[in-house]
Amino acid sequence: MNAARPLLEVRDLHVAYGGIAAVKGIGFEVAAGEMVCLIGANGAGKTTTLKALARLLPARGTMHYDGHSLLHRPPHALIGEGMTLVPEGRGVFARLTVAENLGMGAYCRDDRGEIAADLERVYGLLPRLQERAGQLAGTLSGGEQQMLAIGRALMSRPRLLLLDEPSMGLAPIMVQKVFEVIQSVAAQGVTILLVEQNARLALSVAARGYVMDGGLITLADSAAALLANPKVREAYLGE
Amino acid sequence: MKAQRHPLLFWAGVVLVAAALFALPLVLAMAGTAWVRIANLAILFVFLSLGLNIVVGFAGLLDLGYIAFYAVGAYTWALLASPHFGLHLPFWAILPIGALLACVAGVVLGAPTLRLRGDYLAIVTLGFGEIVRILMNNLSSPFNITNGPKGITLIDPVRIGGIDFRAADTWLGLAFSGPVKYYYLLLLLLVAVIVINLRLQRSRIGRAWVAIREDEVAAKACGINTRNVKLLAFAMGASFGGVAGGMFASIQGFISPESFVLHESIMVLAMVVLGGMGNIWGVIAGAMLLSFVPELLRYTVEPAQRYLFGRLLVDPEVLRMLVFGAALVLTMRLRPAGLWPEARHKREFAGQAG
Repeated sequence: MNAARPLLEVRDLHVAYGGIAAVKGIGFEVAAGEMVCLIGANGAGKTTTLKALARLLPARGTMHYDGHSLLHRPPHALIGEGMTLVPEGRGVFARLTVAENLGMGAYCRDDRGEIAADLERVYGLLPRLQERAGQLAGTLSGGEQQMLAIGRALMSRPRLLLLDEPSMGLAPIMVQKVFEVIQSVAAQGVTILLVEQNARLALSVAARGYVMDGGLITLADSAAALLANPKVREAYLGE
Repeated sequence: MKAQRHPLLFWAGVVLVAAALFALPLVLAMAGTAWVRIANLAILFVFLSLGLNIVVGFAGLLDLGYIAFYAVGAYTWALLASPHFGLHLPFWAILPIGALLACVAGVVLGAPTLRLRGDYLAIVTLGFGEIVRILMNNLSSPFNITNGPKGITLIDPVRIGGIDFRAADTWLGLAFSGPVKYYYLLLLLLVAVIVINLRLQRSRIGRAWVAIREDEVAAKACGINTRNVKLLAFAMGASFGGVAGGMFASIQGFISPESFVLHESIMVLAMVVLGGMGNIWGVIAGAMLLSFVPELLRYTVEPAQRYLFGRLLVDPEVLRMLVFGAALVLTMRLRPAGLWPEARHKREFAGQAG
């Protein structure tokens, strides 16, 4: 990582809601092809960090993606540069069909043939979606909606995927399935920044992890080391 | 959709509807020219409803001040084609100017409301509608621009070639009164408006509007420039209102701020909701229904009472509003997605899967 410049580089990032600081000067980086997780308790500032990266919240500091600053980019421009957010709480278009949702993921592309090929690829990865292609997204189960949100993001051909709490509100069996999908996406070479409350799960799939607490990053290490760290085990793994 | 399955049946239907629409004013004229005027107003309400449908139905932005754009279009026409300023521009110049000014008004309203949704947006738009009406009411001093509550009179009719659309003519032995001629002009405009709406709905922008209506964060995550796309919805919707307003001024020959009250905004919204938000054909049906049924009641309630009871028990105007209200309540109870809903609204309300 020292030799090549990281794909995503964050330095001294501050985000505030009105006068209340939610992220108080954090720094981290994600190298191309890497899966990195951001773990921590509710309210630690993880989702806020992700929203700032996706330019949905105003922020101060340095955010570099692929060598250029994100600070003054509008949110809709990011997808064209290969950075796609999978929003928290699934965020699918409930009254659009599964197929229409996936189509929206390719909204910014005009290479029809390639889009069709990508759709086949997404259906191959998520066969449930193909079975339900004509169904309204709002009628899918929670897990299927999360899969759809990921599938929709893949339709934009992302280089960096920002995943916001993909396990939230899902049955344990669905959480397993969603994480299997995330792993196969990563195996295809997509860089992933994963924000997750379920620390054990996140650390079991990511290469490295950052622990957030009270708007600050308190620990940064390889996933294996964090899993073995007594402080992490006590605070986040319930041991 | 149907065109692919039964092409012959589809086109036969189109021809039939076209023939009926063409013959309609001649039939209505037999019942009295008043009915042709009502038909013309109904078409204007279809323009308005289709315009509002872009904002409310497609993009999901609740607008309670839509009549303001109708007012902008009407006043544009009135000021550019009346003795008030001594200007008499031709119709092909005023109509685009009216549409453009309404478009600008749409952006002016849209820009400060970009972050608002639902109730908050409704309140701001409601205020905007009132601001425009009150401006028209008060822009009479120190410089007399709108002539205040007295309104503007002697507004020019549409003139194309040598044809004056307010005067009667006889062609091929058939008498065409002013309203009948306007009817055909409006019908022509209507076809254009419907075609534009259908194309918009199926366009990339149409999809972006639906995405914003469904989930704004997800729409941003899909790379949609939500700010521009919302402004575009306001601007496009407003420009239809502007065209309708211009035609209104030219047909009536007189306008005053009284024609652009909140009640009218609510009426247009009721047409959109009753017909079926988001579905162009439903919205047209809603506008037609809410334009014609009250008029029908107006003309039937009084004679019916005199016939049944020998005297007038209830004032027709009161009954009209009562029946109107009851019809709205019943529709929302029995067909909550509107009479002819957009396919996805219908599925949602029916709780069905695809």
